[in-house]
Amino acid sequence: MEILLVNDLWVRYFTLSGVVSAVSGVSFKLRRGEMLAIVGESGSGKSTLGLALLNMVPKPGRIIRGEVIFDGVDILKLDLHEIRKIRGSRISMVFQDPFTTLDPLRRIVDQFEEFLIEHGVDRAKARTIVREYLEAVGLSERIMYSYPHQLSGGQKQRVSIAMAIALNPEVIIADEPTTALDVVVQKQIMDLIDNIKEKYKSSIILITHDLALALERADTIMVMYGGYAMEYAEKKELFNNMKHPYTKALFEALPRILQRDLPRSLPGYPPDLRNPPPGCIFHPRCEFAIEKCKREPPPLIEVSRNHFVRCHRVGELL
Amino acid sequence: MSLLRYIAIRALMIIPTVLVLYTLVFIILRVLPGNPVLAALGTKNIPEEQLKALMSELGLDKPLYQQYFEYLFNFIRGDMGKSMIIRGRPIASDILDKLPATLELSIWSIMFSLIIGVGLGYLGAGVRSEFVKTIIRLTGSIVFVIFIPALGLGLQLVFSKYLGLLPTGGRLTTIGSLKPITGIYTLDALIQLNIPVFIDALKHIVLPAFTLGLVISGPYMRLTLNNMEEILESKIVEAYHARGIRESKIRRHAFRHVLIPITTYTGLQFALLMGGAVLTETTFNWPGIGTYLVDKVMYRDYTAIQAVVIIFAIIVGLTSLIVDVLYALIDPRVRY
Amino acid sequence: MPSVLEVIAVLKNKYILSGLIIVLIFVFMAILADIISPYSPVEAVGPPLHPPSRLYLMGTDNLGRDVFSRVIYGSRIMLMITAMAVVMSGAIGTVLGLISGYLGGLLDRVLSFIMDSIYAFPSLILAIALSVALGPSPINAAIAIAVVYVPTYFRMVRGQVLSIKNETYIEMARALGLPSTRIVLRHILPHVTRTLMVVFSMNSADAILTEAALSFIGLTVQPPTPDWGFDLYKGRGFVLAGMWWIMLFPGLSITLLAVGFALISEGVSTLISSQKR
Repeated sequence: MEILLVNDLWVRYFTLSGVVSAVSGVSFKLRRGEMLAIVGESGSGKSTLGLALLNMVPKPGRIIRGEVIFDGVDILKLDLHEIRKIRGSRISMVFQDPFTTLDPLRRIVDQFEEFLIEHGVDRAKARTIVREYLEAVGLSERIMYSYPHQLSGGQKQRVSIAMAIALNPEVIIADEPTTALDVVVQKQIMDLIDNIKEKYKSSIILITHDLALALERADTIMVMYGGYAMEYAEKKELFNNMKHPYTKALFEALPRILQRDLPRSLPGYPPDLRNPPPGCIFHPRCEFAIEKCKREPPPLIEVSRNHFVRCHRVGELL
Repeated sequence: MSLLRYIAIRALMIIPTVLVLYTLVFIILRVLPGNPVLAALGTKNIPEEQLKALMSELGLDKPLYQQYFEYLFNFIRGDMGKSMIIRGRPIASDILDKLPATLELSIWSIMFSLIIGVGLGYLGAGVRSEFVKTIIRLTGSIVFVIFIPALGLGLQLVFSKYLGLLPTGGRLTTIGSLKPITGIYTLDALIQLNIPVFIDALKHIVLPAFTLGLVISGPYMRLTLNNMEEILESKIVEAYHARGIRESKIRRHAFRHVLIPITTYTGLQFALLMGGAVLTETTFNWPGIGTYLVDKVMYRDYTAIQAVVIIFAIIVGLTSLIVDVLYALIDPRVRY
Repeated sequence: MPSVLEVIAVLKNKYILSGLIIVLIFVFMAILADIISPYSPVEAVGPPLHPPSRLYLMGTDNLGRDVFSRVIYGSRIMLMITAMAVVMSGAIGTVLGLISGYLGGLLDRVLSFIMDSIYAFPSLILAIALSVALGPSPINAAIAIAVVYVPTYFRMVRGQVLSIKNETYIEMARALGLPSTRIVLRHILPHVTRTLMVVFSMNSADAILTEAALSFIGLTVQPPTPDWGFDLYKGRGFVLAGMWWIMLFPGLSITLLAVGFALISEGVSTLISSQKR
């Protein structure tokens, strides 16, 4: 059963130098207990998509079209008061940069407690819950009374995760949760997220630029480029049956242990979203582009069960 | 390092700064041409012996370096010398007498300036209109360059002469009934629960404090507005939103961040406040060190002027220290 | 030298334009005083303490002198003293800042400390002490104000020098054996000029207020010289008795002139910050 359903979501930024289409017609479903990885380079729109799910796109951005249906309700249509209740408690978010997402002027325990109390937790119980969840993420009680600058990056991220799970949300959006951390800590944090998924049966949306990470951990993967969803499939299916040229390029750019040559990187630059190329937004960098690709934007085609690809030549290419 | 050591070191740093200013003033007042006593007395026709006697009495016949160090040592022991004009009158007692008045004016002025400046800046940050925000910033710039006596006289005209609501000057009209404890009349009256005197003192301080406060409030408007805007767009606030915290609480937390630049700025601009206080006191006949200085200036009482400069140097040093301590209290990153 | 295009761009800025207009009005007032002033500022031309009327646009003071004429001529003294002070402090401060910043070492440390101490001290009070010591006169007032503001220029210039000093092209110049003075003048100074403009304009506003304050205490001119601050000082008692015109016009002039410079400073700094982007 689906816990989250995103339909044809479009987000645009209305800047002084032009209109940027950050998210263009993205749709997906998320089931209970499923981890969906949204993979893309910087500028692919994945972070904006994450914020849009909570209707938190910052100015000058705006969601101009689409629905985000959570538990049967389109939360984009809720007023501020109602969506506030969902944020943090039913859909929560973990951000990329642990250094700026905890308020440096307040102690961990104060920020955490306030968060709990704000969502209706009893004042007396709040502190116990703080302690409990900090423990659940592997932090000692001492941390509670510290200030954020006294903790390491990994510890700070754990605190963010603790807050993100403390109210047992149904969906956790993790936007590049490990990018700012070193490799060893990365594994710890991802293991933690896996545990949470197991234990609390939460659905996780993992936003990342790292295809390898996605292939390792996620159940389903959606590859984004220039604001469009290019390919969407379950992990195994994607690994065995990669169809979209961009996905393949990403995959080939990954370094491999037994590989002899350097990994092939994709030529060209990410598109200027104020002035996107006509037709398929990927065509300037695609080695398989034909005339049609330059004129018509490709539709999303279902190539097999639950495997979607946005490419004109998907039938012919292997 | 711990807070205490931090304070101690900063306190010690005040000394060299005060010394630099004392030396500067000493050089200016003593080394420049002209006999100070003659200038003070305003005439050139004094018999030799009388002049010599006067100078010896004031210690002005001793060699310069001796005068320099002697005055310094005496000052530390609390003896600021004697007035050149009023024979034998110790300066220290005059200054200590008038210090509370200036302190009272300063405190009330800062309060007004924060309410007006930070208040407008904070409100402005919550407004959507860019036009309003620009107006607030512009107001801040303009208000800062208003000539204080002009504003003061104007307010006196309106509120004293035409509306008859407030007195034109001085600190109290019913001085008899107040027993001064701190010398800050509004505070003293409050402590003694003497409401009529409290109101009287309040009426006297409103105009001067508002005048000075309004002018000083200017930079705070822009500072608060810009910083609030910046913080409200920061990732910290984004994270608060993602956690579903309500808007009013978020604004309060954001404000705490803004307190940092506000405190820093207050420390830096305290000197400006002092200058403004001198003008304000003169305009309103407020009996503080400002008027004292101006009086002494008119009579060319050099020793007194020298003492006042040292006092101001110490005051600025101390306030800067207090502000630093406040900053450490607000921002835990400085402490640990 | 700035090109015509640059000058036009500068003038397009609303703040700079309005500020400049205000300042220029006063400058012309000072230059053309003899022509535009209806009466002599130092002679009694009418009944004393007469409110503004058609004959006396801004009324008369307690000695029967026309306030309007005094305001017009007052701009001369004000602009003269301020200009002298700002130029002096700007020149001295900049030179010292360049030397101290470039040479560094003990000289720099000592000089910086002295400058910082003066900078931290209330400028008006120091100016008062200096004026008293030098004796009240317009030139001495200019000197007093100049001394007080030297640290402002010093700090700013020195800061700029320090940040530029270690850039590669300066190292290259040194490696090529260019003499220090040339390095400083040709390579460092041009960069300093931009920020100097901002400080210059803001400092002018400050200097105007300080001059007015010193006049208000009686430390700049002697009667019967027309000076805005001094007139305010002399007219204070009468103002409180209801003769508002004695205070309003000089007071407004001081504030307006200061606002003019403040607007220019505002405009210049917006220009610079938008250029940096």
